[in-house]
Amino acid sequence: MKILAIASAGGHWVQLLRLESAFKGHELIYLSTKKDFGKMVEGHQFISVADANRNDKLGLLKTFKALKAIIRSVKPDLVVTTGAAPGLMGLMAGKLYGSKTIWIDSIANAEKLSMSGQIALTFADKVYTQWPDLANKKIIYSGNVLS
Amino acid sequence: MIFVTIGTQEPFDRLIAIMDEIAGSIDEEVIAQVSNSKFVCKNMVTKDFLSPTEFDDLFFRARLIISHAGMGTIISALERNKPIVVLPRIAKLGEHRNEHQLATAKKMADLKYIHVTYDENELNEKVLELVKAVDIKPLHVLGKKASDSLLSSLTDFITLIS
Repeated sequence: MKILAIASAGGHWVQLLRLESAFKGHELIYLSTKKDFGKMVEGHQFISVADANRNDKLGLLKTFKALKAIIRSVKPDLVVTTGAAPGLMGLMAGKLYGSKTIWIDSIANAEKLSMSGQIALTFADKVYTQWPDLANKKIIYSGNVLS
Repeated sequence: MIFVTIGTQEPFDRLIAIMDEIAGSIDEEVIAQVSNSKFVCKNMVTKDFLSPTEFDDLFFRARLIISHAGMGTIISALERNKPIVVLPRIAKLGEHRNEHQLATAKKMADLKYIHVTYDENELNEKVLELVKAVDIKPLHVLGKKASDSLLSSLTDFITLIS
Protein backbone atom coordinates (compact mmCIF):
# COMPACT_ATOMS: atom_id res chain seq x y z
CA MET A 1 0.00 0.00 0.00
CA LYS A 2 0.99 3.63 -0.58
CA ILE A 3 1.55 5.88 2.44
CA LEU A 4 1.99 9.66 2.27
CA ALA A 5 3.70 10.98 5.41
CA ILE A 6 3.52 14.76 5.94
CA ALA A 7 5.17 17.15 8.41
CA SER A 8 6.17 20.82 8.44
CA ALA A 9 9.85 21.65 8.88
CA GLY A 10 11.12 21.70 12.46
CA GLY A 11 9.85 19.62 15.37
CA HIS A 12 6.96 18.11 13.41
CA TRP A 13 9.43 16.66 10.88
CA VAL A 14 11.81 15.34 13.55
CA GLN A 15 8.84 13.50 15.12
CA LEU A 16 7.60 12.07 11.79
CA LEU A 17 11.01 10.52 11.01
CA ARG A 18 10.87 8.59 14.29
CA LEU A 19 7.74 6.73 13.07
CA GLU A 20 9.27 5.29 9.90
CA SER A 21 9.56 1.69 11.09
CA ALA A 22 5.75 1.54 11.47
CA PHE A 23 5.47 1.98 7.69
CA LYS A 24 7.97 -0.71 6.72
CA GLY A 25 6.93 -2.96 3.83
CA HIS A 26 4.84 -0.23 2.20
CA GLU A 27 5.59 2.41 -0.40
CA LEU A 28 6.41 5.49 1.68
CA ILE A 29 6.37 9.02 0.25
CA TYR A 30 7.48 11.95 2.40
CA LEU A 31 6.20 15.51 2.11
CA SER A 32 7.49 18.59 3.92
CA THR A 33 7.90 22.35 3.62
CA LYS A 34 11.65 22.57 2.94
CA LYS A 35 13.04 21.54 -0.46
CA ASP A 36 16.38 20.24 0.86
CA PHE A 37 14.78 17.77 3.33
CA GLY A 38 14.77 15.10 0.60
CA LYS A 39 18.38 14.35 1.55
CA MET A 40 17.22 13.24 4.98
CA VAL A 41 14.92 10.53 3.58
CA GLU A 42 17.03 9.01 0.84
CA GLY A 43 15.49 5.92 -0.71
CA HIS A 44 12.00 7.41 -0.53
CA GLN A 45 10.15 9.74 -2.85
CA PHE A 46 10.09 13.28 -1.43
CA ILE A 47 7.76 16.16 -2.28
CA SER A 48 7.85 19.72 -0.90
CA VAL A 49 5.10 22.34 -0.67
CA ALA A 50 5.13 25.97 0.47
CA ASP A 51 4.62 26.39 4.21
CA ALA A 52 1.51 28.13 5.52
CA ASN A 53 -0.03 28.83 8.91
CA ARG A 54 -3.47 29.76 10.07
CA ASN A 55 -2.69 33.52 10.08
CA ASP A 56 -2.17 33.38 6.34
CA LYS A 57 -5.48 32.34 4.76
CA LEU A 58 -4.34 32.84 1.16
CA GLY A 59 -1.19 30.79 1.80
CA LEU A 60 -3.31 28.04 3.37
CA LEU A 61 -5.58 27.97 0.34
CA LYS A 62 -2.58 27.69 -2.00
CA THR A 63 -1.07 24.88 0.09
CA PHE A 64 -4.43 23.08 0.13
CA LYS A 65 -4.68 23.33 -3.68
CA ALA A 66 -1.12 22.04 -4.06
CA LEU A 67 -1.82 19.12 -1.72
CA LYS A 68 -5.07 18.30 -3.54
CA ALA A 69 -3.17 18.06 -6.83
CA ILE A 70 -0.43 15.93 -5.26
CA ILE A 71 -2.89 13.54 -3.62
CA ARG A 72 -4.97 13.22 -6.79
CA SER A 73 -1.88 12.09 -8.68
CA VAL A 74 -0.14 10.05 -5.94
CA LYS A 75 -3.37 8.33 -4.76
CA PRO A 76 -2.09 7.29 -1.32
CA ASP A 77 -4.07 4.66 0.58
CA LEU A 78 -3.10 6.38 3.81
CA VAL A 79 -2.16 9.95 4.70
CA VAL A 80 -0.42 10.35 8.05
CA THR A 81 0.84 13.58 9.63
CA THR A 82 2.46 14.95 12.78
CA GLY A 83 1.29 18.48 11.82
CA ALA A 84 1.06 21.34 11.47
CA ALA A 85 -1.31 23.29 9.11
CA PRO A 86 -0.01 21.73 5.85
CA GLY A 87 -0.45 18.29 7.46
CA LEU A 88 -4.07 19.12 8.24
CA MET A 89 -4.58 20.30 4.63
CA GLY A 90 -3.06 16.99 3.48
CA LEU A 91 -5.46 14.96 5.65
CA MET A 92 -8.43 16.96 4.29
CA ALA A 93 -7.32 16.41 0.69
CA GLY A 94 -6.71 12.73 1.46
CA LYS A 95 -10.21 12.40 2.91
CA LEU A 96 -11.61 14.01 -0.23
CA TYR A 97 -9.98 11.37 -2.46
CA GLY A 98 -10.76 8.37 -0.26
CA SER A 99 -7.48 7.88 1.63
CA LYS A 100 -7.45 6.73 5.24
CA THR A 101 -6.15 9.48 7.54
CA ILE A 102 -4.13 9.60 10.76
CA TRP A 103 -3.36 12.72 12.81
CA ILE A 104 -0.58 12.44 15.42
CA ASP A 105 -0.61 15.55 17.59
CA SER A 106 2.86 16.96 18.31
CA ILE A 107 4.48 16.08 21.63
CA ALA A 108 4.82 19.85 22.08
CA ASN A 109 1.08 19.97 22.87
CA ALA A 110 1.20 18.77 26.47
CA GLU A 111 -1.75 20.70 27.89
CA LYS A 112 -4.33 20.52 25.10
CA LEU A 113 -4.69 19.14 21.61
CA SER A 114 -3.54 21.61 18.92
CA MET A 115 -6.17 23.59 17.03
CA SER A 116 -5.35 21.61 13.87
CA GLY A 117 -5.71 18.39 15.89
CA GLN A 118 -9.16 19.45 17.04
CA ILE A 119 -10.18 19.99 13.42
CA ALA A 120 -8.68 16.62 12.42
CA LEU A 121 -10.77 15.05 15.19
CA THR A 122 -13.94 15.87 13.22
CA PHE A 123 -13.02 13.71 10.22
CA ALA A 124 -9.75 11.73 10.55
CA ASP A 125 -9.82 7.93 10.99
CA LYS A 126 -7.38 8.07 13.91
CA VAL A 127 -6.25 10.92 16.14
CA TYR A 128 -3.38 10.38 18.56
CA THR A 129 -2.12 12.51 21.43
CA GLN A 130 1.30 11.89 22.96
CA TRP A 131 0.18 12.70 26.51
CA PRO A 132 -2.01 10.28 28.53
CA ASP A 133 -3.97 13.09 30.25
CA LEU A 134 -5.29 14.31 26.89
CA ALA A 135 -6.68 10.94 25.76
CA ASN A 136 -10.42 10.17 25.70
CA LYS A 137 -12.81 7.95 23.73
CA LYS A 138 -11.89 9.63 20.43
CA ILE A 139 -8.30 10.67 21.10
CA ILE A 140 -5.87 7.75 21.34
CA TYR A 141 -2.84 7.66 23.61
CA SER A 142 -0.44 4.82 22.85
CA GLY A 143 3.00 6.09 23.77
CA ASN A 144 4.90 8.90 22.11
CA VAL A 145 7.72 9.59 19.66
CA LEU A 146 10.33 9.22 22.41
CA SER A 147 11.87 5.86 23.21
CA MET B 1 32.27 24.70 21.77
CA ILE B 2 28.75 25.63 22.85
CA PHE B 3 26.03 25.82 20.18
CA VAL B 4 23.03 28.08 20.72
CA THR B 5 19.93 27.54 18.55
CA ILE B 6 16.57 29.30 18.56
CA GLY B 7 14.88 26.89 16.13
CA THR B 8 13.29 27.78 12.82
CA GLN B 9 10.78 30.39 13.99
CA GLU B 10 10.77 33.97 15.17
CA PRO B 11 13.68 35.77 16.86
CA PHE B 12 14.46 35.01 20.49
CA ASP B 13 16.72 37.89 21.53
CA ARG B 14 16.29 37.28 25.28
CA LEU B 15 18.21 34.00 24.82
CA ILE B 16 20.76 35.55 22.43
CA ALA B 17 21.48 38.51 24.76
CA ILE B 18 22.06 36.40 27.88
CA MET B 19 24.15 33.86 25.97
CA ASP B 20 26.29 36.69 24.57
CA GLU B 21 26.84 37.92 28.12
CA ILE B 22 27.73 34.39 29.31
CA ALA B 23 30.05 33.93 26.31
CA GLY B 24 32.00 36.96 27.53
CA SER B 25 32.55 35.43 30.96
CA ILE B 26 33.72 31.93 29.96
CA ASP B 27 36.77 30.64 28.17
CA GLU B 28 34.96 28.66 25.47
CA GLU B 29 33.80 29.35 21.93
CA VAL B 30 30.04 29.99 21.61
CA ILE B 31 28.33 29.89 18.20
CA ALA B 32 24.69 30.92 17.81
CA GLN B 33 22.09 30.27 15.11
CA VAL B 34 19.87 33.38 15.09
CA SER B 35 17.07 34.70 12.89
CA ASN B 36 15.89 38.30 12.43
CA SER B 37 17.84 39.27 15.53
CA LYS B 38 18.06 42.95 16.47
CA PHE B 39 20.65 42.25 19.13
CA VAL B 40 24.28 42.85 18.19
CA CYS B 41 26.52 40.19 19.73
CA LYS B 42 29.92 41.10 21.13
CA ASN B 43 31.16 37.71 22.28
CA MET B 44 29.41 35.08 20.16
CA VAL B 45 29.79 34.14 16.51
CA THR B 46 26.29 34.32 14.99
CA LYS B 47 24.91 32.53 11.92
CA ASP B 48 21.79 33.91 10.25
CA PHE B 49 21.25 31.09 7.84
CA LEU B 50 22.46 27.51 8.16
CA SER B 51 21.85 24.67 5.71
CA PRO B 52 20.76 21.36 7.34
CA THR B 53 24.34 20.07 6.81
CA GLU B 54 25.98 23.12 8.43
CA PHE B 55 23.48 22.93 11.28
CA ASP B 56 24.23 19.23 11.84
CA ASP B 57 27.95 19.91 11.77
CA LEU B 58 27.74 22.58 14.50
CA PHE B 59 25.37 20.39 16.50
CA PHE B 60 27.81 17.50 16.25
CA ARG B 61 30.86 19.56 17.20
CA ALA B 62 29.22 21.19 20.23
CA ARG B 63 29.71 19.72 23.69
CA LEU B 64 26.67 21.60 25.01
CA ILE B 65 23.46 22.75 23.27
CA ILE B 66 21.54 25.80 24.50
CA SER B 67 18.13 26.32 22.93
CA HIS B 68 14.50 27.39 23.10
CA ALA B 69 12.16 24.64 24.37
CA GLY B 70 11.25 23.38 20.89
CA MET B 71 10.72 19.62 20.73
CA GLY B 72 12.61 19.36 17.43
CA THR B 73 15.83 20.62 19.01
CA ILE B 74 15.23 18.69 22.24
CA ILE B 75 14.69 15.37 20.42
CA SER B 76 17.67 16.03 18.11
CA ALA B 77 19.92 16.61 21.14
CA LEU B 78 18.69 13.47 22.94
CA GLU B 79 19.13 11.36 19.78
CA ARG B 80 22.68 12.61 19.32
CA ASN B 81 23.78 12.12 22.91
CA LYS B 82 24.18 15.87 23.52
CA PRO B 83 23.55 17.60 26.84
CA ILE B 84 21.01 20.40 26.39
CA VAL B 85 19.80 23.38 28.44
CA VAL B 86 16.57 25.07 27.37
CA LEU B 87 14.96 28.44 28.07
CA PRO B 88 11.27 28.30 27.05
CA ARG B 89 9.89 31.05 24.81
CA ILE B 90 7.25 33.08 26.66
CA ALA B 91 4.17 34.12 24.65
CA LYS B 92 3.49 37.00 27.07
CA LEU B 93 6.81 38.49 25.97
CA GLY B 94 5.90 38.07 22.30
CA GLU B 95 8.29 35.17 21.81
CA HIS B 96 5.67 32.64 20.61
CA ARG B 97 1.99 32.28 19.74
CA ASN B 98 1.04 30.46 22.95
CA GLU B 99 2.62 29.16 26.15
CA HIS B 100 3.12 25.56 24.96
CA GLN B 101 6.93 25.77 25.32
CA LEU B 102 6.51 26.40 29.02
CA ALA B 103 4.27 23.32 29.34
CA THR B 104 6.56 21.00 27.38
CA ALA B 105 9.63 22.30 29.22
CA LYS B 106 7.99 21.46 32.57
CA LYS B 107 7.07 17.95 31.35
CA MET B 108 10.61 17.34 30.07
CA ALA B 109 12.02 18.61 33.39
CA ASP B 110 9.69 16.22 35.31
CA LEU B 111 11.01 13.34 33.18
CA LYS B 112 14.57 14.53 33.99
CA TYR B 113 15.45 14.33 30.29
CA ILE B 114 16.95 17.82 29.91
CA HIS B 115 18.10 20.86 31.89
CA VAL B 116 15.28 23.41 32.01
CA THR B 117 15.81 27.00 33.12
CA TYR B 118 12.95 29.49 33.43
CA ASP B 119 14.78 32.82 33.30
CA GLU B 120 18.11 34.38 32.33
CA ASN B 121 19.59 34.08 35.84
CA GLU B 122 18.84 30.36 36.03
CA LEU B 123 20.31 29.87 32.56
CA ASN B 124 23.45 31.80 33.52
CA GLU B 125 23.95 29.69 36.67
CA LYS B 126 23.29 26.40 34.89
CA VAL B 127 25.67 27.10 32.00
CA LEU B 128 28.46 28.27 34.33
CA GLU B 129 28.00 25.12 36.42
CA LEU B 130 27.98 22.74 33.42
CA VAL B 131 30.98 24.19 31.55
CA LYS B 132 33.21 23.52 34.56
CA ALA B 133 33.08 19.80 33.72
CA VAL B 134 35.61 18.39 31.26
CA ASP B 135 32.98 16.01 29.90
CA ILE B 136 29.35 17.21 30.09
CA LYS B 137 27.00 14.22 30.22
CA PRO B 138 23.46 14.29 28.75
CA LEU B 139 20.71 13.64 31.32
CA HIS B 140 19.00 11.15 28.98
CA VAL B 141 19.65 9.45 25.65
CA LEU B 142 17.01 8.42 23.09
CA GLY B 143 17.07 5.69 20.46
CA LYS B 144 16.16 6.49 16.85
CA LYS B 145 12.55 5.36 17.00
CA ALA B 146 9.25 6.26 18.66
CA SER B 147 8.01 4.14 21.56
CA ASP B 148 7.14 0.53 20.65
CA SER B 149 3.53 1.02 21.75
CA LEU B 150 2.99 3.93 19.35
CA LEU B 151 4.68 2.09 16.46
CA SER B 152 2.67 -1.10 17.01
CA SER B 153 -0.60 0.82 17.30
CA LEU B 154 0.12 2.42 13.90
CA THR B 155 1.21 -0.91 12.39
CA ASP B 156 -2.00 -2.58 13.63
CA PHE B 157 -4.16 0.05 11.95
CA ILE B 158 -2.16 -0.18 8.71
CA THR B 159 -2.53 -3.99 8.70
CA LEU B 160 -6.27 -3.60 9.30
CA ILE B 161 -6.76 -1.33 6.26
CA SER B 162 -4.30 -3.11 3.92
